[in-house]
Amino acid sequence: MPKVNLSHFEASLLFALFTSIVLGVVTKRTDPERVRYAAYCFAWFVAAIFGLSWLMYLGHG
Amino acid sequence: MAENKAEPGAARWAPAVLLAWLVPGGGHLLLKRPGRGGLIAACVAAMFLLGLMMRGALFSPMTGDLLTTVIYVGGFLGNLMSGILYFLTVWLGYNQPDVAGHVHDYGTKFLVAAGLLNVLGMVDVYEIATGQKE
Repeated sequence: MPKVNLSHFEASLLFALFTSIVLGVVTKRTDPERVRYAAYCFAWFVAAIFGLSWLMYLGHG
Repeated sequence: MAENKAEPGAARWAPAVLLAWLVPGGGHLLLKRPGRGGLIAACVAAMFLLGLMMRGALFSPMTGDLLTTVIYVGGFLGNLMSGILYFLTVWLGYNQPDVAGHVHDYGTKFLVAAGLLNVLGMVDVYEIATGQKE
């Protein structure tokens, strides 16, 4: 099994991507709604990644 | 007087939910939803394989103080929910100790998260099998 070395950002993005797809698939009833909701979740995940990263950076001093 | 709605029998949903646990996406295939099943299977498998490639650790159930119990038993259940992916990994001898480093940490979280995504898939299968959802 090859070993991968991902940065925090890459790993967080992959987590956000897979989780958003599954959330879209299981929570909505039509395909357009699923795509929209997956994109919506992904956008919020990315916003949270940037927001929390800045918060930690600024909080660290 | 409110009418009691009959609960759907377990025979109607249990085989599909069990298959959804053992083979991620399998329950959807059994219920003839291959597109959704394929997406769930791909996401769960990708998350699990990335967790292995990042050399994440698998949890063993361990009890002690409350925090230890919640983390280790919860983590073990999360791992277990990946079904055949977890069993194959254990049967093939994967044994990664819990070591320091952000990549290993992410790997451990990915392995648990794969199981939790599969739980979402199992709930979806239950709702389809019981007629609450198309």
